[in-house]
Amino acid sequence: MSGFLVNASLIALLALIAILALRLHRLFAVVMLSGAFSLVAAAQFVVLDAVDVAFTEAAVGAGISTVLALATLSLVPAEEKPHSISLVPAFLATLTGLLLAVAVTDLPNFGDPKAPIHNHVAPEYIIGSEQAIGVPNIVTSVLASYRSFDTFGETLVVFTAAIAVLLIIGGYTRAPRRAKGKRKGSQDAG
Amino acid sequence: MQDDVVIRVVAKVMIPAVMLFALYVQFHGDYGPGGGFQAGVIFASAFVLNAVVFGLNKGRHVWPAHYNLMGICGGVLIYGFTGVAGMAFGENFLSFNVLADDPIAGQHLGILLVEFGVGLTVAAVMVMLFFTFAGRLSHNRLLSKSDAHERRLAPKSSPSKEVTK
Repeated sequence: MSGFLVNASLIALLALIAILALRLHRLFAVVMLSGAFSLVAAAQFVVLDAVDVAFTEAAVGAGISTVLALATLSLVPAEEKPHSISLVPAFLATLTGLLLAVAVTDLPNFGDPKAPIHNHVAPEYIIGSEQAIGVPNIVTSVLASYRSFDTFGETLVVFTAAIAVLLIIGGYTRAPRRAKGKRKGSQDAG
Repeated sequence: MQDDVVIRVVAKVMIPAVMLFALYVQFHGDYGPGGGFQAGVIFASAFVLNAVVFGLNKGRHVWPAHYNLMGICGGVLIYGFTGVAGMAFGENFLSFNVLADDPIAGQHLGILLVEFGVGLTVAAVMVMLFFTFAGRLSHNRLLSKSDAHERRLAPKSSPSKEVTK
């Protein structure tokens, strides 16, 4: 019962923060709310016994992305532009939400031992990781050893994103090239 | 924020603690929650805190710009070469069993190296993102005068070279 109460209040808090963030137009408050959202989500993950995910959510979602959003905020106006609600996207979003809500009823119950995800490779990881890898934290052994390819891919995604950011706004070659381009353009025009 | 003595002193106390905690999360990831991604973010947040409190120039002094690419590429290379090392010993890519004398020690070594690569890349990426965004901000508003002067001159100097060609 207390577990249900904790879950329900955390989910209600998440929904409240999300609605507040949608309704507010001051971007500073929205950034702060998104940080709070991540923190509450991290608490929810702890309740679900997913401490590694909670750790990541707290560090990345509540920590560094709030700082990055604040850094971005200092480049843009403090207020969101007023806009009216357009009907077609609102309809599409509601429809997708309803479809997802219907799909949720098809999911196996939370913690159901017969759920397909618990019967594929998970037993092998849980039973075999002690002998094969010997790392007490199974999450680490799955992340770094069983699914090393996945993690390598994730690292490459982070790498690619960083290189893209550097190329676009890093300023390594930006200023000279743009000047050159302009110059060429003006010569062509002339 | 450099004028606020409370923030300055607290930051000075906190920054080493944050970095130490990041190292703990990095190398204790085998035994408790944590790992490369989280440790990288926490390690980067120490440098971000330093830059926020003591100013961007001092932050850049501690983390020069060439660390960015070294860290970002170095982490991916450490990860990749750990995988290739498995191939060199006659196993598949990213198979750690053969890295040491017995498979368990090999797995431990492989996981340690791989997580270190992830942590290095993530830390460098996060610091780079903050400095890049904050650098654009200071480019517009906060840049010190000499710096701004140099930057304003930089794009203008290259067309003049073109003319002489």
